[in-house]
Amino acid sequence: MAPGSAATVFGALGDETRLRLLARLSSGGPASIARLSERAHVTRQAITKHLEVLAQAGLVRDDRRGRERIWRVEQKRLADARAYLDLVSRQWDDALDRLKRYVEGPGEAP
Amino acid sequence: MTETTDRIEKEIVLRAPLPRVWRAITDTKEFGAWFGVSLDGAFAAGRPIRGRITIPGYEHVTMEVTVEKLEPQTYFSWRWHPAAIDPKVDYSKEPTTLVEFRFAEVPEGTRLTVVESGFDKIPAARRAEAFRLNSGGWAAQVENIRRHVSG
Repeated sequence: MAPGSAATVFGALGDETRLRLLARLSSGGPASIARLSERAHVTRQAITKHLEVLAQAGLVRDDRRGRERIWRVEQKRLADARAYLDLVSRQWDDALDRLKRYVEGPGEAP
Repeated sequence: MTETTDRIEKEIVLRAPLPRVWRAITDTKEFGAWFGVSLDGAFAAGRPIRGRITIPGYEHVTMEVTVEKLEPQTYFSWRWHPAAIDPKVDYSKEPTTLVEFRFAEVPEGTRLTVVESGFDKIPAARRAEAFRLNSGGWAAQVENIRRHVSG
């Protein structure tokens, strides 16, 4: 990863509104800011700012459709084979840590 | 380690006798206690078995495996849809990965090797979805991403 990109992704995700926006785009599909502002508790301007932070981190992108910008999750980043394998790999690391504590630990049931 | 996108290999030496490790992995009650899942029934070759993940943050995830082979004290394998399923989705036509546990006695105790293979057959959309399901809540997702980008 390029230097500084760790800070951007982590920073981008460390905000409740941005996480909600990601979740909304993920489950609801691409949407305009108008759509995303409906029933939201933040202003359109705030949503725009949040989307721009997410875009800087490479987590979302926008395509212009007429006068509207349609925002979507950058699935490619998350669906990258390497990233996925890393996730599964970490889960196995965690599971095997738990196994180790379980079989080596004191006072386990006979 | 070879740069492969098709498999994951893990090796760990456990300071416990081989029969102890074998039981911890192949007895579903013991397995559930450390893996973090509540499985319905016993591991038996050819039999699908389901369970709810009991790890906090992952309670929305169901695990379902079909055991392939049980060679006592030596080898245990199953097939599953990588690590998680969404109860609302029909996975019957989806490719599975193969998880293999191999057990060997070593002076310190037991060497356990775990290999999960078949990832190249998993479509990108399913990987993205598994990412979503396996995130264990957004806090864990943030942690996953942080570790991924700084590793």
